[in-house]
Amino acid sequence: MWLELKDVVRRFGRLSAVNGLSFELERGAIGCLLGPSGCGKTTALRCIAGFEPIDEGTIRAQDRVLSRPGSVLPPEERRVGMVFQDFALFPHLTVEENVAFGIAHLARDARRRRIDELLEVVGLAHRRSQYPHQLSGGEQQRVALARALAPQPDIVLLDEPFSSLDVELRERLSVQVRCVLKQLGATALLVTHDQQEAFAVADVVGVMRDGKLEQWDTPYELYHRPATRFVADFIGQGAFLVGEVVSPTQVRTELGIVQLNSAGTWRIGQRVDLLLRPDDVIHDDNSTLTAEICARVFRGAEFLYTLRLASGAEILALVPSHHDHAIGERIGIRLEPDHVVAFERSEP
Amino acid sequence: MSAIAGELSGLRSHRAAQAKSFALLFVLCLPALVPLAAVLTAMLTPETEIWAHLARHVLPGVLGNTLVLVVGVSLATAVLGTGLAWLTATCDFPARRFFEWALLLPLAVPSYVLAFIAVGFLDYAGPLQSWLREVFGSSSWVPPIRSTGGVICVLTLSLYPYVYLLARSAFLTQGRRAQEAARTLGMSAFKAFWRVVLPLARPWIVAGTALVAMETLADFGAVSVFNYDTFTTAIYRAWFGMFSIDAALELAAVLLAFVLVVFVLERRSRAKLRFTTTRDVSHRAPRVELRGGRAFAAAAVAALIFALGFLLPLLQLAVWAITRARMDFDARYVGFLWHSLLLASSAALIIAAASLVVAYMERRHSSLALRTLVRGATMGYAIPGTVLAVGILVPIIGLNNLLQDLLARWFGDAAPSVLLQSTLLTVLLAYFARFLAVGFNPIESGLNRITPRIDEAAMSLGVGGVGLLRRVHAPLLRTSLVSAAILVFVDVMKEMPITLIARPFGWDTLAVRVFEMTSEGEWERAALPALVIVLVGLIPAALLTRRGEHVA
Repeated sequence: MWLELKDVVRRFGRLSAVNGLSFELERGAIGCLLGPSGCGKTTALRCIAGFEPIDEGTIRAQDRVLSRPGSVLPPEERRVGMVFQDFALFPHLTVEENVAFGIAHLARDARRRRIDELLEVVGLAHRRSQYPHQLSGGEQQRVALARALAPQPDIVLLDEPFSSLDVELRERLSVQVRCVLKQLGATALLVTHDQQEAFAVADVVGVMRDGKLEQWDTPYELYHRPATRFVADFIGQGAFLVGEVVSPTQVRTELGIVQLNSAGTWRIGQRVDLLLRPDDVIHDDNSTLTAEICARVFRGAEFLYTLRLASGAEILALVPSHHDHAIGERIGIRLEPDHVVAFERSEP
Repeated sequence: MSAIAGELSGLRSHRAAQAKSFALLFVLCLPALVPLAAVLTAMLTPETEIWAHLARHVLPGVLGNTLVLVVGVSLATAVLGTGLAWLTATCDFPARRFFEWALLLPLAVPSYVLAFIAVGFLDYAGPLQSWLREVFGSSSWVPPIRSTGGVICVLTLSLYPYVYLLARSAFLTQGRRAQEAARTLGMSAFKAFWRVVLPLARPWIVAGTALVAMETLADFGAVSVFNYDTFTTAIYRAWFGMFSIDAALELAAVLLAFVLVVFVLERRSRAKLRFTTTRDVSHRAPRVELRGGRAFAAAAVAALIFALGFLLPLLQLAVWAITRARMDFDARYVGFLWHSLLLASSAALIIAAASLVVAYMERRHSSLALRTLVRGATMGYAIPGTVLAVGILVPIIGLNNLLQDLLARWFGDAAPSVLLQSTLLTVLLAYFARFLAVGFNPIESGLNRITPRIDEAAMSLGVGGVGLLRRVHAPLLRTSLVSAAILVFVDVMKEMPITLIARPFGWDTLAVRVFEMTSEGEWERAALPALVIVLVGLIPAALLTRRGEHVA
């Protein structure tokens, strides 16, 4: 495997910032560690880069041991590139010199070709002789990326690479960054707390909580088949609806019988929580089921309504924005779930 | 199995690297720690006979003199420095912009230079009293300059800029929020100053005053001009007059105890600086525009202090230097100048390089033990030069005698004689201990401005260790390195007691020449070397004001 973390633990005093982290990343893949602040994702990245030692487990790249308890290959010998949150460009060097920094050992011609290629890919060929402070935030970020990629590292690490940019720029740049990484065939690992970013850039995403992975999967699977309640909560929007298992693949709810995608290990008669995404709930004037609107958020193309059911439970519905209803109105709804995931009731 | 061992050979232990830098740092700390240890040992093992002598004949006068001087100078500088800082930071009056930086210029005049100019000008035989006698027939009503009041005045004029500088930055960074809050709560502007502005600035004022107290305790040149006995002059006399190493050490120990008290005071008030800074620097309060008589009074006070502390002394110095230059300027002067330049530039280079190493290691492997060592190494700035010189010479003489004994045992009468104590090494070691902090502070703050991310970026690009220093830190630190070297250079040029006590025989510098001429009362002949020292001293004053404008 190209990059492999096995049971990695990193403690700060009594706190385990990373607590048994394991995952693998294939060559050419873009991975992402996603989680709320303080979940240990940045520490994990710093362990892979070699800035932090590890207390347990191993980190390997191409079957070469990078870190194990007590000994760490120094960062400069790891062949691991890094793009920092604040970019950390060298202020005394031009764009070109920044990119050339890590490839001083190359012959002059080879170096020049490499710089030309990278600046072309990130679209900064025309700014090569300018200094970092003369560039916009987005440009600085692309220089940082080109600089990290220049020595052809085995893995590129990106630490919250878009967080210091404004929102509009983020979306555009995240697509660009993915393009650049794919074009150069780089293997990359990104760390972020923003799921839009994670989904836009990564092939595989790991949701982290308290120093551990909750799930390591494609964005699609994370959204539609969350493995844990935490992932279901953290990824996308949704609400939980109580139901009773009536057959291995069927749950009865106040909105009717819902078909489960796969048979769980549920007992008949057990009460479960079903995850309903806002797009699983369809507005249908012909439906006999109705719900009262108790909150609404206008999102341009659609409304996100919070609906109260007869039992008092609340669910979310995404409705095209020409269906403009006031708070307090009752609208007809029906369920049209693609993937239904059930979780054990958290409270009795 | 062997494959794994091969893999691991590339892995390095974090601990080993840390131990190495710890050891190196410890060696760099030695020049500051050895004299402290020597003096503390003397404190703990007092020689009763010497103590009895000191207690009867030396201590009573010296103790009283030192206390009066420190208290007097501290109070006077606190009032003068704070008042001037408040005037230039919060008020507007004619020529305010000029006085803002001009009031810093007395920093360029070493206190011993100001002292001998004051004594030379105001003494019975000086130009002022001679003129008075000529015109009025008598000058007996002029108070004697060689008095406690005279020393206090001279040291106050020379040291108030420390308080001025810190208090000014306190007033400037306070912003107007606190004042405005006080006004909305019904206080008059006058009351708000006493109840809010001044208490908020107190940690700065205390820190500045503590610096002044330390400088006063350390002062040797000015008090010797006045023949005013303090610990520093007593140590010097014990060393050269009584040839009693032990007496000098005991006196140094007592002086050190005083310094430590002030040092702790200063540290504690510095720790508070952080908490009282308000963040609304951008909303600086509009200045109070002084009008009429008040504006005139403010400008007059500022002008008077500037004239007394800088302008008039410089003029008098220039006049004396010019009248004596033709007679005094000879080959020996080239020697003094050469000695001063050589010592100052080698100290500047050594200290700048060592500071870079220390600051760099502190950054790479920050741990409590390491930071404590750095503190220890830079503490020398608080220790008076006389104490440092004696504290370094004593162990070196001990080492020298040990070596000599060993050589005598091996070679018998043919043994070569060694004299470690009369080499430049001793002087440079003492300079190193005293001025490491001067070079270290600008370099450390320069290094702090480079975020750790920059280091990590370089390392992730395969550049670490020396390469990181050479390709990233050195170019980014160039300005800090240059200003560190300049500051050390100027401080060594001005330095008097260490050079006087620890220099090899005959190695006279400009400062030593000033001392020798003033101790013979030859004020005019001291003027030429003093003028050179003052002119060199203007360089950091210029740096300081330029940086001040940057901030303001």
